[in-house]
Amino acid sequence: MSQPSMSKSMTVGESGLAVLFAVTAFLCVIAAAKALDAPFAFHAALSAAASVAVVFGIINRYFERPAALPPEEINGRPNYNMGPIKFSAFMAMFWGIAGFLVGLIIASQLAWPALNFDLPWISFGRLRPLHTSAVIFAFGGNVLIASSFYVVQKTCRARLAGELAPWFVVVGYNYFILMAGTGYLLGVTQSKEYAEPEWYSDLWLTIVWVVYLLVFLVTVIKRKEPHIFVANWFYLAFIVTIAVLHLGNNPALPVSVFGSKSYVAWGGVQDAMFQWWYGHNAVGFFLTAGFLAIMYYFIPKRAERPIYSYRLSIIHFWALIFLYIWAGPHHLHYTALPDWTQTLGMTFSIMLWMPSWGGMINGLMTLSGAWDKLRTDPVLRMLVVSVAFYGMSTFEGPMMSIKVVNSLSHYTDWTIGHVHSGALGWVGFVSFGALYCLVPWAWNRKGLYSLKLVNWHFWIATLGIVLYISAMWVSGILQGLMWRAYTSLGFLEYSFIETVEAMHPFYIIRAAGGALFLIGSLIMAYNLWMTVRAGEAEVQAPVALQPAE
Amino acid sequence: MTDHSEVDTVTGKSTTGHEWDGIKELNTPLPRWWVMTFYLTILWSIGYWIVYPAWPLISGYTSGVLGYSTRASLAVELANLEKIRGEKMAMLAAAPLADIEKDPALLALARAKGRTVFGDNCAPCHGSGASGSKGFPNLNDDDWLWGGTLDQIMQTIQYGVRSGHSKTHEGQMLAFGKDGVLKADEIVTVANYVRSLAGLPTRQGYDAAKGTKIFADNCVSCHSEDGKGNPEMGAPNLTDKIWLYGSDEAALIETISNGRSGVMPAWEGRLDPATIKAMAVYVHSLGGGK
Repeated sequence: MSQPSMSKSMTVGESGLAVLFAVTAFLCVIAAAKALDAPFAFHAALSAAASVAVVFGIINRYFERPAALPPEEINGRPNYNMGPIKFSAFMAMFWGIAGFLVGLIIASQLAWPALNFDLPWISFGRLRPLHTSAVIFAFGGNVLIASSFYVVQKTCRARLAGELAPWFVVVGYNYFILMAGTGYLLGVTQSKEYAEPEWYSDLWLTIVWVVYLLVFLVTVIKRKEPHIFVANWFYLAFIVTIAVLHLGNNPALPVSVFGSKSYVAWGGVQDAMFQWWYGHNAVGFFLTAGFLAIMYYFIPKRAERPIYSYRLSIIHFWALIFLYIWAGPHHLHYTALPDWTQTLGMTFSIMLWMPSWGGMINGLMTLSGAWDKLRTDPVLRMLVVSVAFYGMSTFEGPMMSIKVVNSLSHYTDWTIGHVHSGALGWVGFVSFGALYCLVPWAWNRKGLYSLKLVNWHFWIATLGIVLYISAMWVSGILQGLMWRAYTSLGFLEYSFIETVEAMHPFYIIRAAGGALFLIGSLIMAYNLWMTVRAGEAEVQAPVALQPAE
Repeated sequence: MTDHSEVDTVTGKSTTGHEWDGIKELNTPLPRWWVMTFYLTILWSIGYWIVYPAWPLISGYTSGVLGYSTRASLAVELANLEKIRGEKMAMLAAAPLADIEKDPALLALARAKGRTVFGDNCAPCHGSGASGSKGFPNLNDDDWLWGGTLDQIMQTIQYGVRSGHSKTHEGQMLAFGKDGVLKADEIVTVANYVRSLAGLPTRQGYDAAKGTKIFADNCVSCHSEDGKGNPEMGAPNLTDKIWLYGSDEAALIETISNGRSGVMPAWEGRLDPATIKAMAVYVHSLGGGK
């Protein structure tokens, strides 16, 4: 491949990044030496080692690669960049299994507290954020990055912007996950739900996220299609808003630049409001907008049907992103939050119902004329059932935001059930469906290793979800009713400990549901592994015919 | 844009003419029920804003025509509760302890109140059924470390056991082994003597005479000569089948060697007098009160 006529030299990106990471490695060594606490020393040393590895990686890659950079097009066909997508898809599966496993462990700890073993590192308090971050940000985040890099290239007919930048995004993001996760186990947390990582991990994520936005945006800008595909609007809304939420919720002053502890700038009820503005929109823009983008590409693609309504997609997109951002206060009903703020949070949550359902309608109705495929294609079935779960939880959410309903449901397992019907049913299944499509496409395989195994995965996981959410509904409503029960003499009917005892059987059922969900994902990992390892390569069709102008 | 538009044969709808990676879009109008429901939720929200506190102003906020506030509604609920139980609780506070169990209405009230308070304050140690666990006495039986009359129970709840309160129950099981009072073999012997007091089997080769002597020299001042204990010192009865820390030889050796001094907090100051009274009646009425 060598072309002697062309002299080989490092790009600005290669040399710049190599120098930058060399400097970072040096700074991290100093930070490790001067660290005030052991977790910070560990993270600094880890970062120093990682930076050195990156420098070697960049230099090695330079010597391995041909003198010319990969072309934008080959034979008039876009030269898609699949490497970072494969990496991210693999990490998604890895973190997914890790996250589901930790979920099963903490569900079992709730049913049998002895499983904490009195060890701080595996106590419920540390494993719970490990579970939530692993499933939302590690599993979900990698699915979003992998799918967005795939969809944006395919629907823009353009190669992903940058050469090292997409790699920086996928590797950098997973390094953030590693720092966050090991931090939780060591007890490093800023104690904000879903935003637990400390200041230095937050700073790193900010850099990675800005590069992610740039890679995505520049790819959209250099598109060969006249219009921007609907999935890309949703991806863009997700990336931009997550950046805003992350910056809004996390301003913090470190106690020392050589220590892990920091204090968040906000205090009191303002902090609570910022926290749930962030927390609810992590649901709205990470777990909803991002995954709706996945739905808008993978369902029509898999069903081979046109999207049901273009107009609905526009209206519900703008309604969704305008209304979602207001809904956070419904997490703080009947607290010190002012009444007017609670009202706005509740009413905007109600108004959010139809915009949310717009996505469901577009997802389900796209199946018109292709419903028969649900019988034969378990991947499509998974995608469609995910949309059904999406519809169910986006009805349940506004209902639970109504103050009188919330006075029963708040702080009970009903909330956990609601979250998991969305998380397991919607986010989980749409991600599984997307990965089942994406892996054969990205690795250039004819199809999946086994559709039969997908079928098994589907039914085992569905049974797991049904066990999980019905156990939590019953336990949550029971819990809420027990807490508010008064005797005729005006005393509370039940003590708190009695309500805890009443939860026990449901906690066992929940753990069983989680175990089924985990088993399903193991079947999936095996199936995807065999697809990549043993799947038959797809023969490249000759240059695609361009539609006549 | 419209020049690529075509009609979808399945639905009969036209497409928008856009296409991305093979994906087309139908130009289906918004579903009517969807639009109407969306409008309805907006109208409902506007109505809610008129009625309830809703929008921030430069100073203050729109307070709504109902004048609702969470704080005021909480005050109303608390007042209602006070109406139901306030008068009766005042009666309970005024009644002498000894009279409460004679009045069925007061007894029912005290038991209901006591049960609630027990669940949130006592259950973590004594169990929600008050059946106790190792180191935490069962309150359902008639075996009482510090006495089982109403007054004695009340006193224990008020001041606790080794709680640090000036009026608390003092006195503890000494560490005969750790403090060097008894040798290891003597502890084994006296442990077996104690087992014999309760009618439990003793180990082979156990010297009963020696056991009797060690017990008489060291233990009778608190546990009394017949081993039936003394509620003044909190010394348990050793002749029955009820054991706070276990009755097997190993547990007894542990108790005699290292002593025991479990703590119960004083509830005076943490619970109001009427509540403590209700608690005393509740515990007394669990089954074993004297």
